[in-house]
Amino acid sequence: MYKIILAIRYLIKRRITYFAVLAVALCVFIVVVVMTVLTGLVSDFKQKNHSFAGDCVVGTESLVGFAYYEDFMEVLAKEDFVEGISPVIKSYALITRKGSQQNYGVEIMGIDPVKHSQATGFGQTLHYHRDDVSSPLRQGRDVPNVFEPVKDPNYMGCVLGIDLALERDEQGRYTYGFSPADADIAIAVTCFPLTAKGALAKAGTSLVNTQTFYYSDTSQSGLARVDNSIVYLPFEQAQLLCGMAGPAESPMDSLRRANAIHIKFKPNVKLKTGCEKVALLWQRFKQEKSGETQANLLDTVTVQSWKSYRRAVIAPMEKEQTMMTAMFGLVGITTVFIIFVVFYMIISHKSKDIGTLKSIGVANINIVQLFLGFAFLVGLLGSAIGAVGGWRFLVHINQIEDWLFEHFGFQLWDREIYAIGDIPNHLDFKVLMVIISSAIVACMVGALIPTWQATKLNPVETLQVSQL
Amino acid sequence: MNSDRLILKAEGIYKSYRMGATEVKVLKGVDLSVKQGEFVAIVGASGSGKSTLLHILGALDRPDKGTVSFEGRQLSRYSSSELNRFRNKMVGFVFQFYHLLDELNVLENVYLPAMASKSTIGWLRCRRWAKSRARQLLDQLGLGDRAKHKPYQLSGGERQRVAIGRALMNEPRILLADEPTGNLDSATGNGILNVLEKLNSTGQTIVMVTHDERIAERAERIVTLADGRIND
Repeated sequence: MYKIILAIRYLIKRRITYFAVLAVALCVFIVVVVMTVLTGLVSDFKQKNHSFAGDCVVGTESLVGFAYYEDFMEVLAKEDFVEGISPVIKSYALITRKGSQQNYGVEIMGIDPVKHSQATGFGQTLHYHRDDVSSPLRQGRDVPNVFEPVKDPNYMGCVLGIDLALERDEQGRYTYGFSPADADIAIAVTCFPLTAKGALAKAGTSLVNTQTFYYSDTSQSGLARVDNSIVYLPFEQAQLLCGMAGPAESPMDSLRRANAIHIKFKPNVKLKTGCEKVALLWQRFKQEKSGETQANLLDTVTVQSWKSYRRAVIAPMEKEQTMMTAMFGLVGITTVFIIFVVFYMIISHKSKDIGTLKSIGVANINIVQLFLGFAFLVGLLGSAIGAVGGWRFLVHINQIEDWLFEHFGFQLWDREIYAIGDIPNHLDFKVLMVIISSAIVACMVGALIPTWQATKLNPVETLQVSQL
Repeated sequence: MNSDRLILKAEGIYKSYRMGATEVKVLKGVDLSVKQGEFVAIVGASGSGKSTLLHILGALDRPDKGTVSFEGRQLSRYSSSELNRFRNKMVGFVFQFYHLLDELNVLENVYLPAMASKSTIGWLRCRRWAKSRARQLLDQLGLGDRAKHKPYQLSGGERQRVAIGRALMNEPRILLADEPTGNLDSATGNGILNVLEKLNSTGQTIVMVTHDERIAERAERIVTLADGRIND
């Protein structure tokens, strides 16, 4: 009991311990805020990539694409673990706005909007035809019409990555000055169609396929590289533009081709399990098609989970997170060192108490428990202050940033450049518990050496007149 | 009040310290016997090894050679936990500079040895008794109204009386006082000696170390420590 009483009294009565508590509180505050924001950003980024790709992608990097995709979709459709399947055409194109002489290089994605919304989060990225999953009445209602411009449903519509259509203001907001309903923005999309062998399908003629589409909606995936470079087109039109539409385009290319099949698994299916099943199905399918005319195109096809498919963009972000975690590991080491110094000073001042306690029969182990208990209290109090401070700061972080922007023009991220809306501020309880536990452990580790030294003190020496 | 029964016996105690490169031999074969209920004063010049001997008698320090027996059992044969128990229950130390814990009040300082010997549950069971005993001791020492004060709010004499109260808390068999009046004026020191005399009159065994022969004269028996040996 005396250990508890003395530990609490040391905490309250010794001013130097306030510095230790403050040091812990500051470290916890910084780690809570930075880890929350960073973890939020990474998790948000991953979620957006997952939403963009679906769960699994069977596809090729080759612009030629691969044949028999419809057959494989039939195989997939029979599987009970599959919820959505969407074939996709992926290629590059030049776009020119009607009345403008300028053209831009973009990526095109040919999709069936309904299928693609079932396999990915595409429907929720739309502005005017948004698939509102939160409302059963609106869910999927408008998505089928996404390629029908409101101005005239007979026109061929296209969905532009939002940064291709609109500009953001300084606070990252898009201004919808006009809508597809009151403007007929025509965009000419020009592609270089390829044969199944990778040659230019229109060599010797015009080389290119061009078709005009009308702006029907925007897609905001929240991924900068997607939103500023992708134009979504109706699947069949994209297939035609890229020379992948089969016999109608060229007798030599008798089969329709696609570049990828995006797959969504049922909710109870684990990603790894689902992908392994798809890979197995693909291997069998490939063997079955081995004698077919365009079987060689299947060799370039891979089966990847969304994580693997989007690895090139996710990996740098994860690397940053790892580096930040390592940096905050150094902050943790600094905390340990501060605690070590503070405890060294406290225990140096308390050597007389240690001698006195030993003279009344207190065992070394109890001295250790007393000072480790003291360190625990410092860690607990410091963590509590830091965690509450961090939490309150996170609750208001966006307001604080707005205020700083309004008064000083300061922004954590330039919203004109980065596709970040609000700063993530959702405090993960598990992460918080890990931070608090780590801080307490750091305090106890910092106190361990001085405490161990305290037990080695000879009471006779500490109680000598010359030591006072 | 003393009986013929030996409570503490030191035989052939040697102790030396290193001061830099030189070895200082402080005790060179000290023999001392203390009977139950005795009030013994150990006198000697400064640096003669009085305090060292007292610390060895109370198991705060170990001799290089020789044995100390408490009620017939050698302290060197005590285990670590037995030694802690010995320091907690069998002896009570009174130091020249009191060594009270600044963070505790007077009452808490007095019952600290009782609290130190108990687990949390054990303490919760006996705390009423311990507090009552501590209050009783403070009353006896004339500090009943100072129970809630902090050590820094007390005079030197009062602090030393608190230290005596703490030393007596667990009803030790022997009280070891190291220059208990060394830091006090003569009137206050006299008051402390009166307390010790009174305790001895009730049967408390006391071994007191002092460099002042006039103070030593208040004891029942005086032993002189010179050249590392005892001259009775």
